[in-house]
Amino acid sequence: MVHPFLFLKWLVEQFHLHVADHVIYTWFVMLLLTLIAFLASRSIKKVPSGMQNLMEVVVSGVDNMVEETMGPKGKTYFPLIATIALFILISNLIGLIPGFYPPTANVNTNAALALTVFVMTHVVGFKEHGFSYLKHFIGPVAWLAPLMFVIEIIGHIARPLSLTLRLFGNMYGHEIVLMIFLFLVPFLVPVPMMLMGVLIAFIQAFVFMLLAMIYIAGSLEEAH
Amino acid sequence: MEFFAWCVIAAGIGMGLGSFGTGIGQGLAIKSAVEGVARNPGASGKILTTMMIGLAMIESLAIYVFVVAMIILFVNPFTDQVLQLAGAAH
Repeated sequence: MVHPFLFLKWLVEQFHLHVADHVIYTWFVMLLLTLIAFLASRSIKKVPSGMQNLMEVVVSGVDNMVEETMGPKGKTYFPLIATIALFILISNLIGLIPGFYPPTANVNTNAALALTVFVMTHVVGFKEHGFSYLKHFIGPVAWLAPLMFVIEIIGHIARPLSLTLRLFGNMYGHEIVLMIFLFLVPFLVPVPMMLMGVLIAFIQAFVFMLLAMIYIAGSLEEAH
Repeated sequence: MEFFAWCVIAAGIGMGLGSFGTGIGQGLAIKSAVEGVARNPGASGKILTTMMIGLAMIESLAIYVFVVAMIILFVNPFTDQVLQLAGAAH
């Protein structure tokens, strides 16, 4: 199941470099996001229009959601959450352009993002509560503590695993289905699948962002 | 050589069973969402958002089954060993 032709990979191979697919396209997404940010902030007006308006809508939308889910203490983590959301959204969407490969269709990209959120959760917990962050793992009743500790550890390890696999499965599955359809009937039949791909791209970016917010908010709040 | 036949059967049946539970789960979620919108059409925005999040969560169970099926079919860790044993037997 190999992707037929990848445009940027061909371009990089002209320079006799051997870089993996998802790394090349991660660089491309980074370039794209930097370009969009530059274009949006070039001449900031009081009454926005054009690209500045679009980016203001996106950024204020994410800001509202961060405030709603994480409370006022969560504003510090807005850059992380917004970066994750925008990166995943753009990465998912470029998979729909012929000749481009979504970097989120590779386990490594997703594992990197999920591990970042996982480490952030615990760093935030220790920074906020000090050593009594471990009370989060004890549970409500004291004498159940050993059992609850094991269960909480398993639950915490399941988080980056589920974040990675959910995004990977959705994107890779979509690529596989598109490749199969292109192999069977290349004319017009993949189009409904690509429409679903747009929907899935938005939903998965939103769900990843939401779960990241919920996990970090969970370690910010007091232990039950 | 029946190893490969069993691999394909496992991937196919696994995917079918995984989709079965996911279909029922998502159906129940959408049923409640539609009932909620029918009772209170003004809240349809919030209900839709919550429904989408719930559907994505339930969908991820079928996605895990899909990932396991892909691993069985394409990056099976036992293929080399089996081919070695089959080659040595002949």
